[in-house]
Amino acid sequence: MSDTTILKKLTVSASPHKKTKDSTRGIMLDVIIAMLPALILSVVLFGPRALVVTLVSVAACVVFEFLARKAMKRSNTIGDLSAVVTGMLLAFNLPSTMPLWMVVIGDAVAIIVVKQFFGGIGQNFVNPALVGRIVLMASFSVQISDYQEPFAWRETAVDAVTSATPLAEFPSVYGAENIQAAMDAAGLPSLTDMFFGVRGGCLGETCAAALLVGLLYLLVRRVISPTIPLTFVLTVGVIMLIEGQGNLNFVAYQLLSGGLLLGAIFMATDYTTSPISFKGKIIYAIGCGVITALIRIFGSLPEGVSFSIILMNILVPHIEHMTTPKPFGTLKKKKQKKEAAE
Amino acid sequence: MADKKPLYKEFTKGLIKENPVLRLVLGTCPTLATTTSLESAIGMGLSAALVLVCSNIVISMLRKVIPQKVRIPCYIVVIAGFVTIVQMLVKAFLPALDEQLGVYLPLIVVNCIILGRAEAFAGKNGVVASALDGLGMGVGFTAALILMGGVRELLGSGTLLGFQILPESISPMTIFILAPGGFFVFGILMACANRLAERKGKPKATLGCAGCPLAETCTQAQKVSCESKGKEETK
Repeated sequence: MSDTTILKKLTVSASPHKKTKDSTRGIMLDVIIAMLPALILSVVLFGPRALVVTLVSVAACVVFEFLARKAMKRSNTIGDLSAVVTGMLLAFNLPSTMPLWMVVIGDAVAIIVVKQFFGGIGQNFVNPALVGRIVLMASFSVQISDYQEPFAWRETAVDAVTSATPLAEFPSVYGAENIQAAMDAAGLPSLTDMFFGVRGGCLGETCAAALLVGLLYLLVRRVISPTIPLTFVLTVGVIMLIEGQGNLNFVAYQLLSGGLLLGAIFMATDYTTSPISFKGKIIYAIGCGVITALIRIFGSLPEGVSFSIILMNILVPHIEHMTTPKPFGTLKKKKQKKEAAE
Repeated sequence: MADKKPLYKEFTKGLIKENPVLRLVLGTCPTLATTTSLESAIGMGLSAALVLVCSNIVISMLRKVIPQKVRIPCYIVVIAGFVTIVQMLVKAFLPALDEQLGVYLPLIVVNCIILGRAEAFAGKNGVVASALDGLGMGVGFTAALILMGGVRELLGSGTLLGFQILPESISPMTIFILAPGGFFVFGILMACANRLAERKGKPKATLGCAGCPLAETCTQAQKVSCESKGKEETK
């Protein structure tokens, strides 16, 4: 049989030949579903005001996305739901008492400056929601650390009871001779309370249980791989184990407090700003963990998750460059040179 | 004086088309450092403009006397002389401003706008043209600083020249008087200036590979030249 007759019997077309049904919209919808448990718990803990902050943030993000695309004469992308995810994430990073106009400013920075100025979805160089939070933190440091006591909204007293996040109590613990005694003295909430989020903090970060449910959903739906969250949390755990002189209680508090789980599950895993390869993901997540732990222990701020993720986001192109996988059947550059020399 | 352009153009080009800060991106350090308040921005802009005009005039007068090989040191000496005068004047009559500007006032000596104009213009052109060029550049510099200082002070502390403008109930965004806010405002003003300049049919400012700090590591630049980037597929 000659070649031409074979070709006639086969369908020849350009790749790709097999496609999945995955779409940006579908993935974003999965992320939104994964965030819902944390949202519901935040409303239970911090009252309807938490829902108001989230809804305002989502609405502002969608409106800014629409207006920015329109002003730049680009296609309308609010249908892919990425602005909704950004809005929810930013709200999750703010306390429920945040004035709404400040929330809107954070949304404007996230969507217009970080996302659309750089070309829209897939082009942002850092996580938009995190920059929104950092800009708000640098601008309104008082309001953003005005955490409400859980369940305070049920009481009729108008003056909101504010409480510090447990991390703010930790500077007296770091480097203490007797870690356990120092922790007892700091008056921390119990570990069960920490796990179910009965503590002061940002909307979405307090309830570890709800965040873990979200993680499970994302893993089952295969939206994210467990590499980044696991490595990130483990790195912080290991450093805190050393810092806490082997005190497991101390490690547990460190892992459950602040925005570590929220950051590791929902922010560090953002497709655009995290590496693609397995090796790259490990390097990236270890970097996030180390910077988080260093800021917590030595920095002047109680929490460093947002800064660590932003810093590693910026390094992602270099990490990708370092960890580009070798195509099958080719030699590495050094070997190529060697062989050429021989 | 080889130019046949009308003299007034030497003045107007510094305003937008060749605005030293927003279009030529010179003098970024004093721009970012002194625009935390409108007052220091005006002080910095006027001091630099005064030095610029005076040094342009003197360097233009001396351009045939200064040997080519040592022109930069000669320019610096002239500029340093004027900066010292300005600094003494400010210290004597506006001590508060002197305190605000701090090290940036004596640093006008090495301000690249002034040295750049000496090198690019005053060293080659007549006295009147150089004076107008210096004046235009100085006004452009001052205008850019005033714009930036105004925006940053208004949003960052809610005041203008120390007077409360925004109501006290609105807490100002502190980030605008910090470095990142400075860069935000700088970038946005640059975009506006580019837009204004290009609307009049002026060509886009291009850097090319030579001016690009990433040229060494840029894979595009190694395979093809930057100009053909995106148009040509490499195999």
